[in-house]
Amino acid sequence: MKPCRWFDPDRGHIRNDQSSIIHKQIITMEKKGLNLTLKIWRQENAQTKGEFKTYRIGNISPDCSFLEMLDQLNEQLVDKIEKPVCFDHDCREGICGMCSLFINGRPHGNDTGITTCQLHMRRFKDGDTIWIEPWRSAAFPVIKDLVVDRSAFDRIIRAGGYVSVNTGGVPDGNAIPVKKKNADLAMDAAACIGCGACVAACKNASAMLFVSAKVSQFALLPQGKLEAKERVSKMVARMDELGFGNCTNTGACEAECPKEIKITNIARMNRQYYISQFA
Amino acid sequence: MIQLDAKIPEGPVARKWTEYKAHQNLVNPANKRKLDIIIVGTGLAGAAAAASCGEMGFNVLNFCMQDSPRRAHSIAAQGGINAAKNYQNDGDSVYRLFYDTIKGGDFRAREANVYRLAEVSNNIIDQCVAQGVPFAREYGGLLDNRSFGGAQVSRTFYARGQTGQQLLLGAYSALSRQIEKGSVKMYTRREMLDVVIIDGKARGIIARNLVTGEIEKYAAHAVVIATGGYGNVFFLSTNAMGSNGSAAWQCYKRGAAFGNPCYVQIHPTCIPVHGDYQSKLTLMSESLRNDGRIWVPGKKEDAEAIRAGKLKPTQIGEEDRDYYLERRYPAFGNLSPRDISSRAAKERCDAGYGVGETGLAVYLDFASAIQRLGKSVIEARYGNLFQMYEKIVNENPYETPMMIYPAIHYSMGGIWVDYELQTTIPGLFAAGEANFSDHGANRLGASALMQGLADGYFVLPYTIQNYLAPEIKTPRFSTDLPEFNEAAKGVEEKINRLMNIKGKHSVDHFQKKLGRIMWEKVGMGRTGKSLTEAIEEIKAVRREFWQDVRITGSTGELNPELEKALRTADHLELGELMAMDALLREESCGGHFREEHQTPDGEALRHDDRFMYVSCWEYAGHDKEPVLHREPLNYEVIKVATRNYK
Amino acid sequence: MSNIFTSSIGKKFWMALVGLFLCVFLVLHMSINLLMLLPDRSYFDTGVYIMSTAPVKVMEIVLFGSIALHMLLGLLLQIQNWLARPVRYAKKHSSETSFFSKYMIWTGGIVFIFFCLHFMDFLFYKYGWFGFEPASIGIQDVVKLDPVTRAMEVDTPANHNFYDIARYVFSSKSYCLVYAGFMVLLSFHLIHAFQSAFQSIGWNHPAYTPIVKWVGYIYSVVIPAGFAIIPLYFFFGGK
Repeated sequence: MKPCRWFDPDRGHIRNDQSSIIHKQIITMEKKGLNLTLKIWRQENAQTKGEFKTYRIGNISPDCSFLEMLDQLNEQLVDKIEKPVCFDHDCREGICGMCSLFINGRPHGNDTGITTCQLHMRRFKDGDTIWIEPWRSAAFPVIKDLVVDRSAFDRIIRAGGYVSVNTGGVPDGNAIPVKKKNADLAMDAAACIGCGACVAACKNASAMLFVSAKVSQFALLPQGKLEAKERVSKMVARMDELGFGNCTNTGACEAECPKEIKITNIARMNRQYYISQFA
Repeated sequence: MIQLDAKIPEGPVARKWTEYKAHQNLVNPANKRKLDIIIVGTGLAGAAAAASCGEMGFNVLNFCMQDSPRRAHSIAAQGGINAAKNYQNDGDSVYRLFYDTIKGGDFRAREANVYRLAEVSNNIIDQCVAQGVPFAREYGGLLDNRSFGGAQVSRTFYARGQTGQQLLLGAYSALSRQIEKGSVKMYTRREMLDVVIIDGKARGIIARNLVTGEIEKYAAHAVVIATGGYGNVFFLSTNAMGSNGSAAWQCYKRGAAFGNPCYVQIHPTCIPVHGDYQSKLTLMSESLRNDGRIWVPGKKEDAEAIRAGKLKPTQIGEEDRDYYLERRYPAFGNLSPRDISSRAAKERCDAGYGVGETGLAVYLDFASAIQRLGKSVIEARYGNLFQMYEKIVNENPYETPMMIYPAIHYSMGGIWVDYELQTTIPGLFAAGEANFSDHGANRLGASALMQGLADGYFVLPYTIQNYLAPEIKTPRFSTDLPEFNEAAKGVEEKINRLMNIKGKHSVDHFQKKLGRIMWEKVGMGRTGKSLTEAIEEIKAVRREFWQDVRITGSTGELNPELEKALRTADHLELGELMAMDALLREESCGGHFREEHQTPDGEALRHDDRFMYVSCWEYAGHDKEPVLHREPLNYEVIKVATRNYK
Repeated sequence: MSNIFTSSIGKKFWMALVGLFLCVFLVLHMSINLLMLLPDRSYFDTGVYIMSTAPVKVMEIVLFGSIALHMLLGLLLQIQNWLARPVRYAKKHSSETSFFSKYMIWTGGIVFIFFCLHFMDFLFYKYGWFGFEPASIGIQDVVKLDPVTRAMEVDTPANHNFYDIARYVFSSKSYCLVYAGFMVLLSFHLIHAFQSAFQSIGWNHPAYTPIVKWVGYIYSVVIPAGFAIIPLYFFFGGK
């Protein structure tokens, strides 16, 4: 019998034999811990050159999330008076879009429809080597280690990713009916969390899926239709300025999008764009 | 000594806001450009306020600690947003929403504020629809509603399970438009570390640039704090990892009263804790309770067998199950309010009927709903939530019941504000979860989004003008003033002190230790004894922290350990204040449950004669007992009653 | 200024439009080729004759312009794409994506090499720029040109005899295989190109796009196969 508790500040994250204060009963851990080799990109700051460093970590529970595994690594690094690995994360429930790791050749790791924080260690085997890299794109420069600057996405939204209404003085919410099908499609597109996995996955580092999701959302709703032409041409122009690549309809973005946004949105944006140019 | 003046306008409650707006001071457009407003936070309240103030013509400086304003934790709200539209023709009205909110808050909220909230709730829906928020719709093209969190009317508007995200992105897009226009200047990856007071008025902030580590000074005519709640004092909560009470705490230490710190909400439907490495708790939308039935085994030996892995929940017959919410609260059953549902789960687990590896979980069962409605209907309603659950727990909730347990979710307490959302420091405003104002001792489901947006879009942009109107002659401040330098120096000294401790334990070690004390002794069930102990223990952890914390890396770089240390340092003080407040409040109300004060059948027992007030704490100096002020709550419209959901 | 000619989407638009035009041309070209296999040569000769009429000649200019534009845009887009990711990943992408789309610049490049070869073999005869022999590009076992046949070919484009050139060019069995091999790469290029062009011009529909994809797959097999029939016909001893 090996007792365990979920919460042990005295020993950091290392499981020990003290009985739990919170849990009244002792439970047995049957699941075997994983031993892993991590190859992590370390880079001091935007100016310096980075490199991969190798770390070994043992006894990782298959039930913990990928980021919790990195937490444990960082705890060990702090114990050894080393700098912890910097990575972006916040909500840890797959909605804020902050976490952004390129794991073993896939943004957000080897699973579909999830963010890095939702990737669980049960997707890995004992003895695995895991490569962890930051998003790579000219438009997303590395800030430190695995943290990149995604403000390019904000700049694209600023170019026109909105309906130009001020607070107050708007019609009643039910004044303009919206076809349910369109509302649903708009919601599908609006589910984008702006994590940048589409750019990271694309062989051309193209931001088309991100931009098209926003363009589509508004193009599908009567509220957004009025400005549709200006919006798409401004947003595409801004996207091009920022140094993203072009779309080759490869579909990697769609395959890796944690919210499973479809490339039909890209086709819709293309359509919108031609309309804005020709009509 | 602070003066508490709620500044509630005269007149009947339904006319107060209209009267206020009719007589308030306004600033003419030419002067608005000359007035600067700092808004800290880009959640629903912060982004909405920044966008609205920018639209009005003020010069806004907006700060957030993430890489983009779109990351604020408002984004994680799943269920929906309430409004008194009565689109469903089920008898809803502004008054009913107002009444439900006061009652839900266990009669510990300020009537005038709550009425205004209910009143502007309808404008929020209109505003969001106009912004292109893709709310759920019916086939006729009109907005869909659902019933949520124990309400008897369907007044909740939603966008799948991502309502918070869609509303936040709406506010973010409005904010982005203003940033492009230049009326709002956005500062990302900045964390506010102090507020600067000049001649008794809030005039700026000190922020740390999280990328370069620089300490930066920003000046403005008014400062708005919209930095959310302090649930992470408990370490494990449904809040984002970065959510913290630091900004609010700096305001408190500069003289803003802190209101009702002991009121925190515990959400009944979260995925249970499963390992010592756990970093946060994941919330499952409360909407699951619309169709799921909550139960634990009726026999202790069954519960023990389940915990030992010898028995499966599906093997337990109907007669051996205890649907304790349906049993105890027949009228509301599985839809009982959050505090009641949470406590009932804790009561069963404490009594030894809990399930799961840890014994700290109860079942949320969809078997009967699947039988009644069919799997496809359940999948359409909750498919994404079921999928999320399966990813985390590795169990299929269509086949075996989900396991849930309560977790810290929301803080009703916060910086004390008056009717104008102004704190006790002139020129310092607080909006959204950061303030204490609208939810009393317990918040109803789908009301957090409502309050954040109400404050941000419709309240603060008005009331701040009332404050700024006399300020038009005040020229822009220089950040070289001694008050700025002194504040910046204070922050630098604090950081250097922390860095130089060079102790043995990581920051998380202390935050977890604090979290454990908070959860056990200042959590769902509090007693005079547990709270007294907690205060002493927190003091001890705080002392230890300041002697033994280890922060690696340096100050002049992106250093998450330092960020966490600064927050934990504040949480170690805030936690103590929460315990002190809970100790003083010798009653049970809403999220605050004192075990000594309960009815014979285990329900919360209020003492309206002694505690019908807002506890407002004033900082008295380092290591000095804070001073308690009381803002009495006068109910003019609503008849105070015992909350009864039976 | 960003517009339909300079923006990323604009460039893709022309790329797709021109690509689809080239697809139509391939159908035409292949159909006439296959006439060669009919026992009655007059059908093929009529086809060749139509190809030499004035309107078709105008279209020919458009055709070559299209090929040039398609290549130019492809190259331009590709350079931008490379620049968009200056630091590559250490671990190769393992996302599930359409395989052929990743190699368009390479399959396109190889198809271009084939075009050069193909023009030298056939097109230059048509324009009377006759001046080399297949042997000069390194294919050794080609039988020397029959002086009689050549005399027939030169100078009179309206009467040039593609059948005989083909018979001559494909008189080398390994050269037949080279041609057929290039057709495989053309197929790879087309598999992605066809459906991608529809996506680029904004034509994506949940019900019809699967049909477009299937048509695309059929097209990208049938057309190169149709072209490959001719060299294979000679390879297997056709006269």
